[in-house]
Amino acid sequence: MKFTKDHEWVEVTGDTALVGITAYAANALGDVVFVEVPAPGTALKKGDSFAVVESVKAASDVYAPVSGDVIDANTDLSANPDTVNASPEGAGWIAKVKLTNPAELDELMDRDAYEAYLSTL
Amino acid sequence: MPDSSTPLKSTPLYDRHVALGARMVPFAGYNMPVQYGGVLAEHKWTRESAGLFDVSHMGQARLTGADAVATLEALTPTDFATLVPGKQKYSLLLNGEGGILDDWMVSRPEGDGFFLVVNAACKDQDFEILADEIIGDTHFEVVDDRALLALQGPKAKDVMQAVCPAACKLYFMECGSFDLLGQTAFISRTGYTGEDGFEISVPNAIVGELWDLLLTFDAVKPIGLGARDSLRLEAGMPLYGHEMDAGYTLVEANLGFAMQKSRLNRGDIRGIDRIRQQLDGGLDRVRVAIRVLEGPPAREGAKILSEGGAELGIVTSGVPSPSLGYSIAMGYVPPASSDVGTKLKLEVRGKPYAAEVVTLPFVKNGYHRKPKA
Repeated sequence: MKFTKDHEWVEVTGDTALVGITAYAANALGDVVFVEVPAPGTALKKGDSFAVVESVKAASDVYAPVSGDVIDANTDLSANPDTVNASPEGAGWIAKVKLTNPAELDELMDRDAYEAYLSTL
Repeated sequence: MPDSSTPLKSTPLYDRHVALGARMVPFAGYNMPVQYGGVLAEHKWTRESAGLFDVSHMGQARLTGADAVATLEALTPTDFATLVPGKQKYSLLLNGEGGILDDWMVSRPEGDGFFLVVNAACKDQDFEILADEIIGDTHFEVVDDRALLALQGPKAKDVMQAVCPAACKLYFMECGSFDLLGQTAFISRTGYTGEDGFEISVPNAIVGELWDLLLTFDAVKPIGLGARDSLRLEAGMPLYGHEMDAGYTLVEANLGFAMQKSRLNRGDIRGIDRIRQQLDGGLDRVRVAIRVLEGPPAREGAKILSEGGAELGIVTSGVPSPSLGYSIAMGYVPPASSDVGTKLKLEVRGKPYAAEVVTLPFVKNGYHRKPKA
């Protein structure tokens, strides 16, 4: 799993990847009550806002950690948005993308680097 | 609004909030707890049990003297001559054009004098205006040696019964002075959640002890500003800077209950011509309650559209309602689109979603009203 400074994660399998928000982000947001996921077919450029996660208090954009085409979205989150809190780095995944520029993965942090980054916040 | 470069102030309970694990945020120039455990749980706890709020950032002031009524009436649309000792009224500070500068709770604890609670973000302005606009025999005094707690929820009365039983005799919108922890507490049966509850003004010196005492009850948990906002929204209560500001009149803001007929008949209200004209049908927009029927929560700034897509107005506050399980909002629309049941669209992130005008409040209130004789 790789991570961004905006607290998204990517888990790569072959040429596809699952993306979501990290446990740190989910905890900072508080109780998630609404998730807007992208439609399959959406082309994402790294850094695009591609989903929105909302708590009682606020709406937060989720930014694409890598470029890719959305091939699947976690539509279970519309009925169970709290899955993002319960399992942010597992069942709370947001979208599955087909990578269009895998070289971008090299710019992301691994778990140790991300943990080190969190300790500076 | 306080300048962002000025250092944040704290209430006397700051260390206790931090010790309770609160997330502290800047609000109206103060470092305030936005949540302790989580907004959702705190909201629900207040609706089911009793929530304790530190609202010491709010302004407190006293007006006394034979002309205190005249001073207050010159600035507001409210009839204070008929506010009898032991009662309180909701009121509005108006500018010369009838625009709203703040909303106030004004209490008359005893025979002589009034006790005001005003918004934190507006208090410097309000107190300057009050000091400048004193009429005749009026003494105005800012009360900065007192803190303010709110105890809100269906079990608030049980806790008060154990802590200060005499205060349980109060009905909704009544107030009085009571002995509490060896000091004089000024307690009113009111709040900003739609629940039964109390607001308790005590000397700074004992507020820590009172806070700790109230938290010893199993029914009581500390509640942050996050849930305070979602609770007041469900109760349909306006928030200064959102549902009202100097650009709105009380007619537009649907706050006519802050104005009494006697004052309207006398015609001595700031901005009276504009208020009368709006009451006579010359109204362009009015505050309404909106239920979101599909899609994401609509928050402040979302456009309100007609079913056909014409722009009608703007959302001033919105929240996914923890009590109702759907999203609610307040905003302004033309009177022709303000009837309950009117279908609307709310635009969120560029897309329109179905909504409709509903009645206020969204959630039934739990006030301890005096039985009708």
